[in-house]
Amino acid sequence: MGQRFRIRFQKLGKVRWTSHRDVARMWERACRRVQLPLAYTAGFSPRPKMHFGLALPTGAESVAEYLDLDVVDEADVDVDGLPALLSPALPAGVDVTAVAAIDPKAPSLQEDVHSCTWRVAFAPDVELAALVERALASSSLLVERERKGRMSVDDVRPAILALSAEATADGDPELEALLATRPRALRPQELLQALDPDLETTRVRRTHQWIERDGLREEPLAVAPHAVGARAQ
Amino acid sequence: MTSLWPRIEPLLAKVQKPARYIGCEDGARTPVHGSGRVAWLLVYPDAYEVGLPNQGLQILYEILNERDDAVAERAYAPWVDLEALMRSHRVPLFSVDTHRPAGDFDLLAFNLSAELVYTNVLNCIDLAGAPVRAPDRGPEHPLVVAGGHCAFNPEPLADFVDVFVIGDGEEVVNEITEVVAEWKASGRTPGSREHVLRELTGVAGVYVPSMYDVAYEGPSLRAITPRYPDVPQRVEKRTVADLAEWPYPKQQLVPLTEVVHDRLNVEIFRGCTRGCRFCQAGMITRPVRERPAEQVRTMVSDGLRRTGYDEVSLTSLSSADFSGIDGVVAGIVNDPVNCGQVSLSLPSLRVDAFTVSVATEIQKVRRTGLTFAPEAGTWRLRQVINKLIREEDLYGAVESAYSQGWRRVKLYFMTGLPTEMDEDTLGIANLARNCVAIGRRYNKGASVTASVGGFVPKPHTPFQWFGQNAVDELQRKVGLLRDDLRRDRAVQLRWHDPKATLAEGIASRGDRRVGAVIEEVWRRGGVFQEWSEHFDLALWEEAMAKHGLSIEWYVTRHRTDDEVLPWDHISAGLHKDFLWQDWQDALAEHGLPDCRWTPCYDCGVCTDYGIEHVVASALPPAGGSQGTGQDLSVGGDVPVTLLPVGGRG
Repeated sequence: MGQRFRIRFQKLGKVRWTSHRDVARMWERACRRVQLPLAYTAGFSPRPKMHFGLALPTGAESVAEYLDLDVVDEADVDVDGLPALLSPALPAGVDVTAVAAIDPKAPSLQEDVHSCTWRVAFAPDVELAALVERALASSSLLVERERKGRMSVDDVRPAILALSAEATADGDPELEALLATRPRALRPQELLQALDPDLETTRVRRTHQWIERDGLREEPLAVAPHAVGARAQ
Repeated sequence: MTSLWPRIEPLLAKVQKPARYIGCEDGARTPVHGSGRVAWLLVYPDAYEVGLPNQGLQILYEILNERDDAVAERAYAPWVDLEALMRSHRVPLFSVDTHRPAGDFDLLAFNLSAELVYTNVLNCIDLAGAPVRAPDRGPEHPLVVAGGHCAFNPEPLADFVDVFVIGDGEEVVNEITEVVAEWKASGRTPGSREHVLRELTGVAGVYVPSMYDVAYEGPSLRAITPRYPDVPQRVEKRTVADLAEWPYPKQQLVPLTEVVHDRLNVEIFRGCTRGCRFCQAGMITRPVRERPAEQVRTMVSDGLRRTGYDEVSLTSLSSADFSGIDGVVAGIVNDPVNCGQVSLSLPSLRVDAFTVSVATEIQKVRRTGLTFAPEAGTWRLRQVINKLIREEDLYGAVESAYSQGWRRVKLYFMTGLPTEMDEDTLGIANLARNCVAIGRRYNKGASVTASVGGFVPKPHTPFQWFGQNAVDELQRKVGLLRDDLRRDRAVQLRWHDPKATLAEGIASRGDRRVGAVIEEVWRRGGVFQEWSEHFDLALWEEAMAKHGLSIEWYVTRHRTDDEVLPWDHISAGLHKDFLWQDWQDALAEHGLPDCRWTPCYDCGVCTDYGIEHVVASALPPAGGSQGTGQDLSVGGDVPVTLLPVGGRG
């Protein structure tokens, strides 16, 4: 069965322009660099057993990315030492913030995560309060979006679990949105399209992913605030 | 302002593959610029994913950044979507390392790996904010430099490039840096540009086209002559004598996004003397210089550990020819540190069973495809091109591959070769079919992919006098193969667009007058011409017509031995009479053995440059093909025992 480790990491700065697939390759290289003995799939073209959560859109930052890694049974892994071992082997801007051993039979991230919190920032002149109010007051919000090459018009209002107008540390307007990932994940870009197609964000950041345990909302892996300094460029 | 990043980043949300523009690769430098440091911008004039892996550029990047008086950064041609945004937002060409404007550098140095990138070179100069024509540039503009294989015929770009570098770049970039450092220290005063260019003509391997006059006689060239007595009549290429002294790149760049050849690359030797007559790379990079096996092992193990790659490629023009390649391969594959997880690839495999046994060893981990390049469909034509693979060599290699578990074999061919008859062209189909028949003995699903490219004669090769096949002739030959293979489902035929072959032919052997055509194609929007979705032959044909140049004259006509060739003043060390004799031998269907293991036939390179082959083994590799395992004591001709074998038809 192997041992499984759940890793929480962040993706900040220039590296946010890499894709989900790029991130998977970064992790494969990083594990080989630090000689972490990953378990491999059997067959003609063996691949390391790595399981990612919901893909982060290219261009978005995150302080709440997750990855489950399977390591061979025999390996003696120092769990507490993993963040300090892995972060330097990853590109600048990608840093490990928490690691824990988990039950290999535990539900996968894909199955378990039901919603995400996003912060979406805008230029100083953008007025958010009225947009938020109108969105929350409406009973349905239609958006035309594409999936697997097919266009469909969906009501995304049920997927907006919470929405508020906030401000960034620099005082710029910023939305905080709690968006459902089921039955189909609502992406921040699609939320903006529903609010006002002309809205242009300056930065999108995923701040939390949420699972449910015993009726309580919690993160797949909690991280102590300010646990790790960012190396983002 | 030094970094354009705050202006670039808002554009990235609107383009495909934004990771092309962020830099941040492992191994990337963020050098500190200063008035005492000559700033090089090394530009690969194609998309990031094609340019990033280029080893030549990475080698120079490291060598220059190791100097106290130089800095080097990299730039790649922005894809058309970003280019449009850059133009509308007035963002110039930028480096990916520190996102500095190209105009802040002292030199823009282009790598020329293929002719169809020439219009991208002009586009990059323009995006850098400099006039595309060299005479229009002033002291405030960077010097435009170009090197790489295509620089061996610099004339089509002579109007746009200030300085060409001919041959290996490792040493000469240092000498250029020193000359440019003086120019920079003097404050790049008005009129000083002419002076620094004149100074650079004194550096061996450097060609400054503006220091030469070109005289024509009708459509013919009469002469290319230096304008000053101190400017060399002929520019000789630079050659690094001992690869062991240049273990570069020491820190190969590891990109964050997908690129071609996304793996560790270790150059195991430079140069090739197989003598394939169509091959410009083999002709212009002589002699053979092997890297010591021990250094190869160190570069591989250090590189894998540092990069985290699980694939390494041992690169050269014919990797199975490296002395003791089997031992090197076994050492890497069985190294316990690699945990059996590292796969290895050898590009440019020779065609024989020995090669396949090596390939089996290296692909224990992951079986990728196996590719052979017989290049021509019949033994007769392979003698003409000096690719001395017998049919039995190919069948032996293919049998060995299928019997050891491969299901698909790829074969590379060219069409439009000198003396090619229809039976030679159809020989491609026969070889492919016979390979499938062999494969079926081992696997019902065995298949063969035959890739066919149109032949473009290249400067400094024996085929430089040959008239290239016209588009309709190449299309007819491809049509013959398609018809012939229509019912063979197990043979997949692929071919390169004959129209692109024609455009490549215009640029390949063009003279200085072709510069106007390149500029015209660029001005009409013809960039990324090596990408089929952007290539447009009409642009080239119309530009040729507009400037009164004949495609027949430049591309399809046979040249004569008394004619001045546009690159006669550039020397790869090969004597012109050697090349002409080899051309005559080709027409007489005479093969010529590899001089690494047989007596010298005086091509001119070793004798004139006072250098020689660096090979660890004086014996040809086991397995014997391409004439090497045979008794070649009879001299220049390939012995009759090598003559045709059955199996065709």
